[in-house]
Amino acid sequence: MTDLLAIGTRKGLWLARSDDDRRTWTLDGPHLLAQEVAAVSIDTRRPSPRILAGIQYGHWGPTVMWSDDVGGSWNETDHGAIRFPEDAGAALARVWQLRPDTAERAEVVWAGCEPHSLWRSTDGGCSFELVRGLWDHPHRPTWEPGGGGGAVHTILPDPASDRVTVAMSTGGVYVSEDGGQKWEPRNRGITAVFAPDPLPEYGQCVHKVAVDASGPDRLYAQNHFGVFRTDDAGNSWSSIAGGLPADFGFPVVASPQTPGTAWVIPLVADMQRVPPDGRLRVHRTRDAGATWTELGVGLPDGNWSAVMRDAFCADEHDRTGLYFGTRDGCVYASADEGDTFTLVADHLPDVLAVRAARLP
Amino acid sequence: MSVQVLLPGVLAALAGGEKHVDVEPAGATLGALLDALEARHPMLGRRIRDETGQVRRFVNVYVDGEDIRFNGGLATPVRDGAEVQVLPSVAGG
Repeated sequence: MTDLLAIGTRKGLWLARSDDDRRTWTLDGPHLLAQEVAAVSIDTRRPSPRILAGIQYGHWGPTVMWSDDVGGSWNETDHGAIRFPEDAGAALARVWQLRPDTAERAEVVWAGCEPHSLWRSTDGGCSFELVRGLWDHPHRPTWEPGGGGGAVHTILPDPASDRVTVAMSTGGVYVSEDGGQKWEPRNRGITAVFAPDPLPEYGQCVHKVAVDASGPDRLYAQNHFGVFRTDDAGNSWSSIAGGLPADFGFPVVASPQTPGTAWVIPLVADMQRVPPDGRLRVHRTRDAGATWTELGVGLPDGNWSAVMRDAFCADEHDRTGLYFGTRDGCVYASADEGDTFTLVADHLPDVLAVRAARLP
Repeated sequence: MSVQVLLPGVLAALAGGEKHVDVEPAGATLGALLDALEARHPMLGRRIRDETGQVRRFVNVYVDGEDIRFNGGLATPVRDGAEVQVLPSVAGG
């Protein structure tokens, strides 16, 4: 078995491989040099794994590219995989998320984009259709762009039902129970410290949401201030930030294997987007957020870099592997659920997205 | 009518490797010219304009040496034999 780690950066894509159960890694790249890769995924549902990359040419616009030979060659759809229909009056600004659906929905891939929009592909990511239910939602005109732009950046299709959960900055969490036709905000309990009403129905700046291994109703959210958990599919959220050195940050990752286990990487605050005291640390909970443990073996002190919302991921091993990249171009990996980290790469451009997969 | 489009090297691969492309637009405007160019080379067309039809922010287009942003945009007249140049603007990071 080979473990593959795709690393999207502001100036290209790198691929790291491990053939010794994640002990050592070999770096291959750059691919798509000088193109921003803000979204990447590895679709292992196909006979040959497909790497999908949401790219942004500096001058020439955004698009989706894919490789079916692990980066040997790259393809794109002639007329663009993601194009707003004419009546939408919008133009694609950036692809923020590419999310393959379940094995049962083998050709379905979701995309989250800027401006705030959700897209669905039924041909493996070669072409996408705008999810009208969300685009036409009456709230959409009032979703504000966050600092990076207004986007759907998190897509969580439920493998066992037609539920789809998305998160947006800003906008917050929205859920559809019918595959994307009807949507409702589910942000009760999540704070919006930048708004006059600190607990609005919607409009929160939810940075990332992850699904607990116990099932689809338990989710974790790293918010723009605040870390929250829901046990009822987003209908109500409670703070789980007690015990963390700071409640600001971008990513949250849940173990695919172990219920109650999740990780965050705190930053001081929105006005100080650096690790507390310059110590780059991961924090892990084993009890769904009741308590947190700082993890730092192999991670640096004197580090004043940040980790972006998609630059942290887990793999599918029984003992979960973790991977994250920083804005100063370092990539760290752990094969033991965060107990220890090793450096996979350094001196890359700003890391924007990482995704890991096991290849046959 | 026939118009010659001059492309930067980075875009030539999307036009079969040619940096000079002869195009026969259906109308005498830049918009019609870019429509004809995109019909022949869809990926090239997407690099120059977004799906609303607007020239991308960091792409500059000159008709006979004149910047179209100051000469009518997509409605800029294009004469038979004109030279239309596409260039990336000064941007990046």
